[in-house]
Amino acid sequence: MTKEILLGDEAVALGAVHAGLTAGYSYPGTPASEIMEYLVRAARRAKTFVAAWSVNEKTAFEEALGVSFAGRRALVSMKHVGLNVAADPFMSAALTGVGGGFVVVVADDPGMHSSQNEQDSRFYAQFAQIPCYEPADHQEAYDMTREAFDLSERINIPVMIRLVTRLSHSRAGVETGEARPQNGLRYGDRQCWTLLPMNARAQFKRLLELQPELIKISEGSRFNNLELNPADRSLGVIASGIAHNYVLENFRDGANKPSILKVATYPVPEELIKRLVAHVDKVLVAEEGYPLIERSLKGFYGIPGKTLIGKLSGHIPLAGELSPESVRAALGMKPLERQAPSEFKPAGRPPQLCIGCPHADTFKALNKALEGQAKSNVFSDIGCYTLGYFPPYSAINTCVCMGASVGMAKGAAEAGVFPAVAVIGDSTFGHSGITALLSAAAYNTNMVVIVLDNCTVAMTGGQPTFTSGDRLLKIVEGVGVPKEHIRVITPLPKFHEQNIRVMKEEIAHPGLSVIVAVRECLEEARKKNKRE
Amino acid sequence: MTTSRKQDIILAGVGGQGILSIAFVIDSAALKEGFNVKQAEVHGMAQRGGAVQSHLRLSKDRIYSDLIPRGEADLILSVEPLEALRYLDFLRPGGKLITSSTPFVNIPDYPDKDALIGQVRRVPGSVVIDSEALAKEAGTSKAQNTVMLGAAAKDLVVGEDGLREFIRVLFAPRGEKILESNLKAFELGRRAAL
Ligand code: SF4
Repeated sequence: MTKEILLGDEAVALGAVHAGLTAGYSYPGTPASEIMEYLVRAARRAKTFVAAWSVNEKTAFEEALGVSFAGRRALVSMKHVGLNVAADPFMSAALTGVGGGFVVVVADDPGMHSSQNEQDSRFYAQFAQIPCYEPADHQEAYDMTREAFDLSERINIPVMIRLVTRLSHSRAGVETGEARPQNGLRYGDRQCWTLLPMNARAQFKRLLELQPELIKISEGSRFNNLELNPADRSLGVIASGIAHNYVLENFRDGANKPSILKVATYPVPEELIKRLVAHVDKVLVAEEGYPLIERSLKGFYGIPGKTLIGKLSGHIPLAGELSPESVRAALGMKPLERQAPSEFKPAGRPPQLCIGCPHADTFKALNKALEGQAKSNVFSDIGCYTLGYFPPYSAINTCVCMGASVGMAKGAAEAGVFPAVAVIGDSTFGHSGITALLSAAAYNTNMVVIVLDNCTVAMTGGQPTFTSGDRLLKIVEGVGVPKEHIRVITPLPKFHEQNIRVMKEEIAHPGLSVIVAVRECLEEARKKNKRE
Repeated sequence: MTTSRKQDIILAGVGGQGILSIAFVIDSAALKEGFNVKQAEVHGMAQRGGAVQSHLRLSKDRIYSDLIPRGEADLILSVEPLEALRYLDFLRPGGKLITSSTPFVNIPDYPDKDALIGQVRRVPGSVVIDSEALAKEAGTSKAQNTVMLGAAAKDLVVGEDGLREFIRVLFAPRGEKILESNLKAFELGRRAAL
């Protein structure tokens, strides 16, 4: 055994490699990016497995599924909202079953550190009726990933690993074991994998019939732990994932510890919960994300004769991330003494575009080009350029999900908005913008799409983009945008006037135009320089 | 160096100031000395010139939470004075505050520097270091983080030699000159805090 300091994300990645991974796929997204970053580096060294960025999460999922079909072990990783994109294959993969072990790693972002919502992926696992592991620390992240591959192969369905930002982006020592060899090639059975209604019905029946066994497996998992306090029956705590750390943090001295059930696997280990509940008068549920366990305990009627507290009762905030303090308050303990805060509230320091960022020049030109027009009509997307929301630019009016800018601009244009402008990065365009542009081209909608081609996926640390440069222009032309209304500009101060003119011309054109603003991200250029 | 079974440190600064480099050095040195380590970081959006912090927990015993509870931090080490104040309520009574006095002004409503330092001084025993001047003296204004690491050296539970060792590990790949400047920055920070 060797001990390494790893990010939570990296512990999962290494666990997968040691479980005999044949291929892993992902699309960048905080806080999940570091899983694939690690795999890419490891694959470059080992040259024995595939680790590849995909165009989006749905594609990544399907690529991984193909690996599993071939009997070999596959991993797909993404941030929570990425699973929305991959939801279609995700739901059906529970029916097809798997060949080689298939692990879906989803990193949630409670508190929305770098996300547009804080959805809880455990609900997706429940929805698809597949098992889910929720590690509380780095060692578990490693161990559970290894086990998840075995479990997936044994019960023949995908298995989810649910991470949260605090674990993904925290470092700690991990003891690692021997690597297992990869599986050999073995083809999937066409009856299972072809979800025609008659086959799908049989596969769905299999999934439903598997459920009692999944609960049993969860109940027997070594990662769950029930500790009853025989001397004190007043309070029992059910804590999952890193919420369990926050509970224990408050009993570090070991004194007055209530009965505690640690939940690490799903479906919820019912028997363990029943034993805890039977032992105590009052139950506190502490879980990071939405109240999944708490809601299942509460039902319509609550637990007869017992008090149930947690997020639904207001003892723990429903929104945002848990903390040792918020859990402490729910435990009914006094806050720790602490230093008084400063006499004035420190001014917030939001993130901002790098000085000299190409997006800044594009926004400056766009603001000028739109002067005199109605202001609230720039539909934007997800990337560094979302920071164009802040002064001094205040240039964008929407950011919803990957690719939404193009579709929303089309809808808004059709609703009478003029000018309707979409601003989208090159990688986001490849992820989910192409199909929307195809639709706009089919109708020749009166709108302008500005693709910000900075040659990288900048926000998440500079992963490769597949829709940059020449290929991007060919795609834009290929979906049917008239050549004379595909304009390329260079967002630099010296071209400011020229760029304004191009934007004004295309806004005036009564149909679809695409302006591609090409200049490399500064961070990326700096990194390249360093490498050379 | 100070001796204790555990130390909880909040590292603070602005994205790009090298908070994670300081964390790496302390972490690695602590691990080598037999401490358990947990280090919560900020990645992604906030890194772009926003407020960043890292929770660094070192302990000979088991560490549960990745986040330091409010009232548990033994030390706030900040490369920027406004950022030092942001996390004051994490500090335990008697905890120490070590901060740079060099403002990083990238917001319109940045407070008056003297008022800021006044707030820092309210924390008994706080240490204020002119990291910009010392880093320049060391040869690169980029080494303000290493100056601050030096300034905290005597208050850390890990030995100074260990810190120097991992400054070498971190900066040696970036060339002899950068390494030398950082070692000097460490020394200047260390002496300034004596
Ligand atoms: S990382 Fe690149 S794209 Fe993002 S703000 Fe900086 S220069 Fe602009």
